[in-house]
Amino acid sequence: MKAEAVGKTSVARNRSIATGKGEWRGSELIGYWTLRLTLVLVLFILGVIVYDIISKGIGVINWEFLTQPPRMGMTEGGIFPAIVGTFYVTLVTIAFAVPLGVAAAIYLNEYAVQRRFTRLVRMSLRNLAGVPSIVFGLFGMAVFVKLFGFGPSLIAAGFTLGLLTLPVTVTASEEALRTVPRAYREGSFALGATLWQVVRTVVLPRAIPGILTGTILGLARAAGETAPILATGAAFFLPHLPDSIRSQFMALPYHLFIMATQHHAISQVRPIAYGTALVLLVLVCLLNLAAVLLRKRYRDRVARGL
Amino acid sequence: MNYKTALEEQERNGPVSMVAKSEVPDTCSGEDYHEVKVENLNFYYGAKQALFDVNVRVKEKGVTALIGPSGCGKTTFLRVLNRMNDLIPGTRLDGRVYVHGEEIYAPSMDVVDLRKKVGMVFQQPNPFPKSIYDNVAYGPRIHGLKNRARLDEIVEKSLRGGALWEEVKDRLHEPALSLSGGQQQRLCIARVLAVQPKILLMDEPTSAIDPIATQRIEDLVRNLCEDYTIIIVTHNMQQAARISDHTGFFLQGEMIEWGETAAIFTNPQDKRTEDYITGRFG
Repeated sequence: MKAEAVGKTSVARNRSIATGKGEWRGSELIGYWTLRLTLVLVLFILGVIVYDIISKGIGVINWEFLTQPPRMGMTEGGIFPAIVGTFYVTLVTIAFAVPLGVAAAIYLNEYAVQRRFTRLVRMSLRNLAGVPSIVFGLFGMAVFVKLFGFGPSLIAAGFTLGLLTLPVTVTASEEALRTVPRAYREGSFALGATLWQVVRTVVLPRAIPGILTGTILGLARAAGETAPILATGAAFFLPHLPDSIRSQFMALPYHLFIMATQHHAISQVRPIAYGTALVLLVLVCLLNLAAVLLRKRYRDRVARGL
Repeated sequence: MNYKTALEEQERNGPVSMVAKSEVPDTCSGEDYHEVKVENLNFYYGAKQALFDVNVRVKEKGVTALIGPSGCGKTTFLRVLNRMNDLIPGTRLDGRVYVHGEEIYAPSMDVVDLRKKVGMVFQQPNPFPKSIYDNVAYGPRIHGLKNRARLDEIVEKSLRGGALWEEVKDRLHEPALSLSGGQQQRLCIARVLAVQPKILLMDEPTSAIDPIATQRIEDLVRNLCEDYTIIIVTHNMQQAARISDHTGFFLQGEMIEWGETAAIFTNPQDKRTEDYITGRFG
């Protein structure tokens, strides 16, 4: 009898939590509203930032702004070189970080014997994710620009950004590999497949959506970074587009930094700064959107069983 | 604990237990050749011992059923035979395991070759998330076959072997996961047949499947055993009685009794076997 009564009240309480209705008592009520307010606050702040950038930046956005280089000491004209530069440096980042990150994840998750060494590697990766981006920038300058002799260039900056995204790429790829059911691996092994065949034909196809999503999210972050490219290849102003992987380049985040803090006529170029911020914001949103769409496409494919 | 007392007993009155031991397997005395021969097998997961001094001989063709309560080691034993336990870190074994007269845990053994010869069907149907055709062609392809016509031929033959051809011949390129559970399991059997094994290991292949589909698989097993040596782990004693020629009873990692199925079920020699098949435990 008693046990039944206890059971009933807990059911009732669960229901009131689940539906948000019914009687709320003291601390529960406070907890609920605190959490709710926090959420509203976060969304509000995000909204203010986005509104501020859009409202002040939209005015300068036109075809010329997107397709012309800056003119008149960067007080007029567009940001085309910065858009192209960010695009190029992101490509280099992809070419560097994706193969390396995926390969490392495959090794860690499929090949390496799980023991102290692999734990140490994972811990280092996680710590690498916490290293300030300016440190990456200085490291890139010391190693890629100077030691490897790339000079300030797309390749040096791309590699530096690649290092920055490596922890994200490896971790996301490992997560994706880990979600591939053991039954697939065993089925494949039992047919006489070698480990590499299992990875290539069963594990990777299944893990690719997760790998892609994680990688794109990492790239979106890299595309918006300023500090790592500051000392490795981003230029204050270039009259022409980069023509090789060894060229310097203009980039959106760095351009924004200049327009907001370094320009000789800051108040005059404020609208251009906002326009640049808006373009960068849209670019990053597009990358995130691409991640979402890719994930959805592959999810549908998995749901259809192919 | 059983093992320990058995050991102590052996120490105390050696000859008696020696007699008991020789009583155990030899299912086809007089013949030298055995498809599978296991001698003094001990198996460990880390520090935990899962199999104790198992001795088994399985002759060519026919169905051998392994029965016993959960955790008795029958699946572990099955996975010893195609070295699937290699995939689990921290496992080790001693004793000798021969397949076709070859010692499969010898350093010179090629695991890929072994698994081609000794196919396995799992408890949960596990077709790959590929088309029906690609599932069956998977094995031949990883072993290097590219010829399209030859692949088509193997796929058809294997699906016929798995008693699935008539149901899927018009939809070979549809996802395997669109099949029902029972069909998926037959597809997995066809997928194994496509690599032309000699021995089929089945780990409770019908435990995740409805009764009608189960019956189809049992019929299939009966048909297949004319060409293949089948070793099947089952939870279901009626199933063992229905489909097997020989039965082994495992309990707490020991192989308690081994013999012709009819004999095991009608006249078990060991009290524990009798208790189990009459439903007194397990």
